[in-house]
Amino acid sequence: MSDLQAFRQQTRDWLEHNCPESMRQSTAGGDDMCWGGRNYKFASEDQKVWMERMAAKGWTAPDWPAEYGGGGLDKAEHKVLKEELARINARSPLDSFGIWMIGPALLKFGSEALKQQHLPPIVRGEIRWCQGYSEPGAGSDLAGLQAKGEDRGDHFIANGQKVWTSYGDKADWMFCLLRTDTEAKKQMGISLVLFDMETPGVTPKPIKLISGSSPFCETFLDDVRVEKDQVVGEINQGWTIAKYLLTHEREMIGGMGLADVGGESLGQIAAKTLGLEQGRLNNPMLRAEVATWEIDEACFALTAERVTDEVKSGQGVGATSAMLKYYGTELNKRRFETLLKITGSDGLVWEGEASNGGWLPRTWLRTKGNSIEGGTSEVQLNVIAKNILGLG
Amino acid sequence: MALVLNQEQQMLKESAQGFLAEFAPLAELRKQRDAGSQTGYADNLWAQMANMGWAAILVPEAYGGLEFGHVGMGQIVEQTGRTLTASPLFATAVLGVTAINSAASEAQKTELLGAIAAGDITTALAVDEKIHHAPAAISMTAVKQNGGYLLNGAKRFVADGSTADKLIVAARTAGEAGDIDGISLFVVDRSAAGVEVERTPMTDTRNYANIRFSNVAVAEAALLGEEGKGFAALSATLDAGNIYLAAELLGIAQESFDRTLQYLKERKQFGVLIGSFQSLQHRAADWWSQVELCKSAVLKALQAMDEGDARAPALASIAKAKLCQVTELATNEAIQMHGGIGMTDEYEIGFFIKRARPAQMMFGDNHYHTDRFAQLSGY
Ligand SMILES: Cc1cc2nc3c(=O)[nH]c(=O)nc-3n(C[C@H](O)[C@H](O)[C@H](O)COP(=O)(O)OP(=O)(O)OC[C@H]3O[C@@H](n4cnc5c(N)ncnc54)[C@H](O)[C@@H]3O)c2cc1C
Repeated sequence: MSDLQAFRQQTRDWLEHNCPESMRQSTAGGDDMCWGGRNYKFASEDQKVWMERMAAKGWTAPDWPAEYGGGGLDKAEHKVLKEELARINARSPLDSFGIWMIGPALLKFGSEALKQQHLPPIVRGEIRWCQGYSEPGAGSDLAGLQAKGEDRGDHFIANGQKVWTSYGDKADWMFCLLRTDTEAKKQMGISLVLFDMETPGVTPKPIKLISGSSPFCETFLDDVRVEKDQVVGEINQGWTIAKYLLTHEREMIGGMGLADVGGESLGQIAAKTLGLEQGRLNNPMLRAEVATWEIDEACFALTAERVTDEVKSGQGVGATSAMLKYYGTELNKRRFETLLKITGSDGLVWEGEASNGGWLPRTWLRTKGNSIEGGTSEVQLNVIAKNILGLG
Repeated sequence: MALVLNQEQQMLKESAQGFLAEFAPLAELRKQRDAGSQTGYADNLWAQMANMGWAAILVPEAYGGLEFGHVGMGQIVEQTGRTLTASPLFATAVLGVTAINSAASEAQKTELLGAIAAGDITTALAVDEKIHHAPAAISMTAVKQNGGYLLNGAKRFVADGSTADKLIVAARTAGEAGDIDGISLFVVDRSAAGVEVERTPMTDTRNYANIRFSNVAVAEAALLGEEGKGFAALSATLDAGNIYLAAELLGIAQESFDRTLQYLKERKQFGVLIGSFQSLQHRAADWWSQVELCKSAVLKALQAMDEGDARAPALASIAKAKLCQVTELATNEAIQMHGGIGMTDEYEIGFFIKRARPAQMMFGDNHYHTDRFAQLSGY
């Protein structure tokens, strides 16, 4: 048996014994996700146990080095782990901005001390992070941000306002972009800094969305003390890191185009809801829409796979994260528009137990943000046109 | 299997690029058309291709072939989409080889595949009888008689039908139009008595034909495989056909994109390059993204054939449907972004749309394959 086969067998055995039964079922709803953090209320004991067991093996961040608490898996092993998790339909043990965004940025740009301080608590699900990039006047034009960090020797004093801070009221720490040199050219005077949300002067205020929930905040910074040893990379060189981090964010958001709803494909949901006549959905227009969508989804999934394989083998154009973000989010929006057509008037019910608290219409509305967050679709198309196609 | 080309496949792609640029560039298509060519390609082109082994790529080694596989062959066909090169490659080296290899007896394979691999014979596949693809709707008949068969019926939209040496014909030995059972495949000489070929040039100036069979008598040995059980082999052949058409369309979508992108960087209006207009940038970026999706769909489908993957039929329909969709976009955008010059015969960009549509239509367009995908998916 090859090493990889042995690894697969061990992994399979371990998962068999350690993944609670209830963590192998997906529910159509947000409670599948586990965010961790100081104040996190687990949806169930199983959810907690599952996160802790995976964290103990470092498998909440499987490809991070073991010295920072990660799983230390190479690409092939990581792929095996993903396949084995998918095989038993296991839920993700921990989802967090720490794992998706600031962790990878720290691994690439952070000092040894910052890595030691911040990475292990992310892996263990102890600290939950939020992203302080956008401001009222700086969205697509992120480099135009105004929140200032004034140099006070060993620390900065931060003042300004951030907005659209996802989970700002639930997070423990923020990674934040501040203007630390007001004289320099736009992109040159920005630093990426880290601070505890409990630091005096940090005030997140929830904003209610069209979905009715309040997952994000406007965050006010009033004379917030930020230690200089919490600057990632060099002072005033934060823009490069911010962009690197955005690449990760885009890939993650784009990947949502691939997530089945409650483990069922659109075609299966449609067949169940509408019924079949002689093996065909009895609404030909809707049938065509569902099939067209599934074909696009299949092509998108294959493209995500191909891009990964090309990177592994050193081929390809790179810089494809903008394309994956653009196409994946537009695809996810289409998925939910089609789902609404399948479910008819039932799909618009906003409250009550039968509708699982209006899960579908609320999630449908949430997907509208997919093509805005992490850089809008238009911005992705700009990136493709300029960076890949060379159109000035 | 990783979704990338290996070194050998990459080399084949590059050598195909080089060969086609030299011997069968787009200018050759214009030349053939203006000269009123009956084939659409230069007389010695097929001999050259066969010399390089292209006729033998899909033929198993046991029958004198190279057995190099579909991913490799797919690279060549994709390149022929970039240069709009007509040749017997598709009808003979893909359709003929696949049909014979899927259905025929050892003796037939030895004879026919050997001859194809050597470049000695060409074939054409005669399936459709109506203006839309419907492989089960065959009503052409083959009636057993005197130890052989008597064929009657008519076929249309037969690629290479006016030039091929051998016609591979789907006819009904039992049942009626719509039945999957009862379809049989026959190899018929184009020159046989009772075969009437009407050449029907289309927008791409290639040599299609409508063919009428009136009391055409063939020997029992002309039957490929088992009587009445030809649909499986026909289906496999059509899947392969659609995957290679998708590969060719991928070449068309890419080449029309590359040429248009180049034009966006050359043409000036209002004192600036037209590529600086955001409305065109966004359409170009979307087009590019769509082509990326197409590349993945085609490569996966080619790999699936090499691996004997049971999902090959679904992947064939995914690839063909998507490529029809995107090539329609690509060829229309190509003309629009060129403005008036895109409408002229003198400029080459207009050739792509004229080849794309017959390739899209052949063996089922976007609607056909979206419907088939839904059926294969159980709805
Ligand atoms: C659900 C959600 C979660 C988010 N979470 C976070 C978070 O955690 N942290 C954070 O910092 N931010 C977050 N954001 C903010 C997000 O990054 C911004 O909303 C986004 O970058 C767009 O900025 P804006 O809202 O100011 O829109 P604007 O930039 O004002 O855009 C308005 C419209 O103009 C278009 N536009 C702008 N510039 C151009 C251009 N150059 N060319 C063509 N069109 C253009 C846009 O595409 C858009 O259609 C989140 C947003 C959403 C919706």
